[in-house]
Amino acid sequence: MDADITLRVDGEARRLTVDTRTSLLDALRERLGNTSPKKGCDHGQCGACTILLDGQRALSCLALAVAHDGAEITTADGLARDGELHPVQRAFLERDAFQCGYCTPGQVCSAVGVIEEFAQGWPSHVTEDLTADPEMTHDEVAERMSGNLCRCAAYVNITPAVQDAAAQR
Amino acid sequence: MKPFAFARPGDVAEAVREVAAEPNAVFLAGGTNLVDHLRLGVARPELVVDVRTLTSREITDLDDGGLRLGAASTNSEVAADRRVWERYPVLAQALLAGATGQLRNMATTGGNPLQRTRCPYFQDVTTPCNKREPGTGCSAVGGYVRYHAILGTPGALPDPTAPETCIATHPSDMAVALAALDARVHTIGPAGVRTIPFVDLHRLPGDDPSRDTVLEHGELITAIDLPPLPEGTRSAYRKVRDRASYAFALVSVAAVVDDGDVRIALGGVAHKPWRASRAEEILRGGPLTEHAVRAAMDAELAAAQPQPGVESGNGFKIPLVARTVAATLRGLTEEQP
Repeated sequence: MDADITLRVDGEARRLTVDTRTSLLDALRERLGNTSPKKGCDHGQCGACTILLDGQRALSCLALAVAHDGAEITTADGLARDGELHPVQRAFLERDAFQCGYCTPGQVCSAVGVIEEFAQGWPSHVTEDLTADPEMTHDEVAERMSGNLCRCAAYVNITPAVQDAAAQR
Repeated sequence: MKPFAFARPGDVAEAVREVAAEPNAVFLAGGTNLVDHLRLGVARPELVVDVRTLTSREITDLDDGGLRLGAASTNSEVAADRRVWERYPVLAQALLAGATGQLRNMATTGGNPLQRTRCPYFQDVTTPCNKREPGTGCSAVGGYVRYHAILGTPGALPDPTAPETCIATHPSDMAVALAALDARVHTIGPAGVRTIPFVDLHRLPGDDPSRDTVLEHGELITAIDLPPLPEGTRSAYRKVRDRASYAFALVSVAAVVDDGDVRIALGGVAHKPWRASRAEEILRGGPLTEHAVRAAMDAELAAAQPQPGVESGNGFKIPLVARTVAATLRGLTEEQP
């Protein structure tokens, strides 16, 4: 069964007709040609499909496109503006925070979300005092990024990259 | 994925009518569990009714000093609310111990308690499962039972071929905290509105393991209320899992303590968030010494039924849950000035 929807992807309004079963991930990749979100597990377990959905990091494999008609979506592809990489993308390059790169677009989108959540004072599971402003320690970043798996295990460089990018904010 | 019709009604009443009129219809909110089930074939609805934007997303103070969580508020928003940190830290801690940042941004107050068991056999449509396909039997008995129940199961070892057998656990962390807080669930359904004590929302398998809750078909959660707590009440959530982050609980404990009263809810041990009423009764009014807590938990766990299975079954949960309760209560009483 089909439905007409509009998605605003990386700043551009895109109209499309989707089968109601289509995930946001498949709509982006297969219908709109934006292959930056990756299909890892397709079950919400790996984080490779992470996008910013209405400003917050979310898993595009667990979102039905039809349920997000009108949504504002930012993918890793849309983070760079006017040929300039996003600070998180630059930090990943400088810290060599990847090997094969498959999980990287999801890691980058997730990190952008993490930095914003920090800025808003959101605590995490490892925050000792819920009411204090959390600090961007290694443990905080590791906990907050735990939904993004890296099969190459580049975590040792991903975590400092996120800390670097946060410090520049 | 099986084809389905999709509807986004204009309001809650219309959503209830649409689901009530189609026996094979489901509500969709954050979708973090349902969309996966659509893909796995665990859920095969004819009609999906989107209610994510229909219920309130607000978190509001109640006149009695409590807090109302609109059903559409996300797990992230509730965990980031200063009033929750200050008045109900057990709930913020439970939410933050669950899932990941991405999932918490999607998952909702109304949806989280209605997520379904992560029993691997329930999620594998090639294996018999009384919860997924009533009457087919239970594949978990004698199998991979590390995440399965020890409480609320029949006293003797269950018969894997019996239609009522189910040793699954409820996976939500949030629900364990809500059980300890004596939260109240507001719903609207074909029969009108009602309020259900959170501890009565989930059910034991009984003779129908396919039903996780007492909600009727077409009944929708609209809000969850947190009752006020006496001044000086302390609360905490402690979760034990196989890895430090992003894993379901082997066991978890939500505890709420004020002068002379203690409330304890357990996760990872039963088909529902388990209020340790027997232990609470024994501890009420007395000092929460290590010895008293251990004795109370011995009584609570007297009827526990460890399940044999691969990797030596799940008998490890009996001492683990007793120790975790003791550690949680120790943390809360040591904090006392």
